[in-house]
Amino acid sequence: MPETRVLFENLDEPGLATMDVYRRRGGYSAIETAFRSTDPDDLIFQIEESGLRGRGGAGFSMGKKGSFLPRGDMEKYLCCNADESEPGTFKDRELMFKNPHALIEGIAISALAVGATYAFIFIRGEYWEVADVLDAAVAEAYEAGYLGQNILGSGWRVELVVHRGAGAYICGEETALLDSLEGKRGNPRLKPPFPAIQGLYGGPTLINNVETLMNVPLIVSKGPEWFKGMGTEQSTGTKVVSVSGCVQRPGNYEIELGMPSREIIYDLAGGPAKGRKVKVWFPGGSSAPVLTGDDLDLPYSFEAMADAGSMLGSGAIIVGDDTVSVPELALRTARFYHHESCGKCTPCREGTNWTVKMLERVVRGEATPMDLDIISSVQENIIGNCLCVLGDAMAMPVGSMVKKFRSEFEEAIAEARDAAPGPIDVAGADEPPLVLGATG
Amino acid sequence: MTGQSGNGGPMKPTDLLTNAERAELIGSMTPSDAEGIPELHEVDVPPELQETIENAMGRYPQLRSASIPALWAVQRHYGWCTPDGIRQAAAVMGLTPAYLQSVASFYDLFRLEPTAKHRVLVCHNISCWMQGADDILAEFCEASGADHHEAEHDGANSPDGEIFVKGFECLGACDIAPMASIDQQYYGPLEPGDAAEIVERLRRGEDPAPDKDLRKRKLAGDNA
Repeated sequence: MPETRVLFENLDEPGLATMDVYRRRGGYSAIETAFRSTDPDDLIFQIEESGLRGRGGAGFSMGKKGSFLPRGDMEKYLCCNADESEPGTFKDRELMFKNPHALIEGIAISALAVGATYAFIFIRGEYWEVADVLDAAVAEAYEAGYLGQNILGSGWRVELVVHRGAGAYICGEETALLDSLEGKRGNPRLKPPFPAIQGLYGGPTLINNVETLMNVPLIVSKGPEWFKGMGTEQSTGTKVVSVSGCVQRPGNYEIELGMPSREIIYDLAGGPAKGRKVKVWFPGGSSAPVLTGDDLDLPYSFEAMADAGSMLGSGAIIVGDDTVSVPELALRTARFYHHESCGKCTPCREGTNWTVKMLERVVRGEATPMDLDIISSVQENIIGNCLCVLGDAMAMPVGSMVKKFRSEFEEAIAEARDAAPGPIDVAGADEPPLVLGATG
Repeated sequence: MTGQSGNGGPMKPTDLLTNAERAELIGSMTPSDAEGIPELHEVDVPPELQETIENAMGRYPQLRSASIPALWAVQRHYGWCTPDGIRQAAAVMGLTPAYLQSVASFYDLFRLEPTAKHRVLVCHNISCWMQGADDILAEFCEASGADHHEAEHDGANSPDGEIFVKGFECLGACDIAPMASIDQQYYGPLEPGDAAEIVERLRRGEDPAPDKDLRKRKLAGDNA
């Protein structure tokens, strides 16, 4: 099965990032429809009817989320989450860099739908050049009257600011994103209240991923039925999938949801190098529990990945072939979350730290098989016990690796121990034990 | 009240304090020499920096949202977030320097120490690691003379002050793994041997790797 290019249609057309080319191929016609003739409630209805689910990771219905925002005169906000920091994910980068106006159009329409007057694109600071492209496109859109006061004579106002982050994975978490956008350290907030009720500056806020918002103009132009005609019943539309790791043609591919995973990894991305086979893969970014070579025939959809005990997440497939050491992979994964934990909640701050230390012991040959049980129990004690899911995002993949590849961990422990030079030197082992609480 | 903050005497659990005792305790913990909001005339802020920060403040419904843009402006002006630069931004924004410092220290891209002219951030996350990123990082250190251990953690400057090397978490370009962000542009896939040439080209002030520039890359499906 080939790609189904909707968002990717002619994406490499020269000059697409400029207003002229975007408009020449029909761009900004949906915004005309939306601001001239459609009422906001009907927009929400169309989005909900299309079945569009969030493309950032959680897969929540965008229409439903939009309908949660209260009506009324209070100041409301829209935030486009372009923080894209989930390891393995790089779709929004390509979409924004090559077709920024489609995102701006989607934001303007969505802002109208929920009644937001201020919209922000929160883009990770590492994507400096992409942000430059967005800045230029936003300026063009203001010039053309698609942003600002009285858009297309509708009396409606939408201001759009491109906000560059400064390097923090946690800011992709929606409440941390809001704190960061308010000029603070990016710590997650307690939920509820959810951002739809009390978000940016305390006002109702709609937060959606880049790819989700870019689908909105298409749904408005072509109708929800067209969108539902693609994908599966519960996973409608197309999805941009980022495939990376041990594949021969890594990159972004746009597919209809429900395509067999094997076809994505082998037919589109070329599969592992000759003579190698898929051993382990993340179906939805590094936060997703891993799957194995036996799971390749699963359809790639929100529901099938959930049934398999994992998740579609941001649509990032990372493939490890049979040369990849799973304990090393677990360590690399855990180190990332340890580095990125904001430190607010103890289970995450300490759990990621100790998981890294234990996995380092596994790799160095200082562990015993019993440590694997401790690693597993640490993961279980993180899940569900923090304000946000960053800790869970380590616990799920690491826990799944220990569970599914336990014998490899045990072999790695034995091998590393045999290879270790002499007895292990424990610092302070010859000193008298320190008794806590003894003050003399 | 004695003993709560000074020397000697038993400590009392804070939830047993009277309101007056609590107020005194809090008062005793606030150092009287903490720096307040600096006045503009005290900081000698360069006019173009002040203008950039004020423009940023004007774009948001609430001024404090301009904290990160202001710190970016400081970093671009001075090369890193210098203490003086942070004080200047604080004066323009009406915040304390300590507040801006606390924000700056949260984010990986803000540098709070002197940082070399060219910045090489080498991704060492999962996909890049699978494709040999650790060797690429080691090569950048060897070619530039930056300390490898430091580069893996907080980043390290080369002895000549030209190149800053840091192992970085996923930069969002796994399609060109292993890759690096060099002076805020993405290059990859890097191969063994590339680092030495890139470092040389940076020292000569040239484009580090024109044929590995991500901007030239087409959709993966069209490369097949």
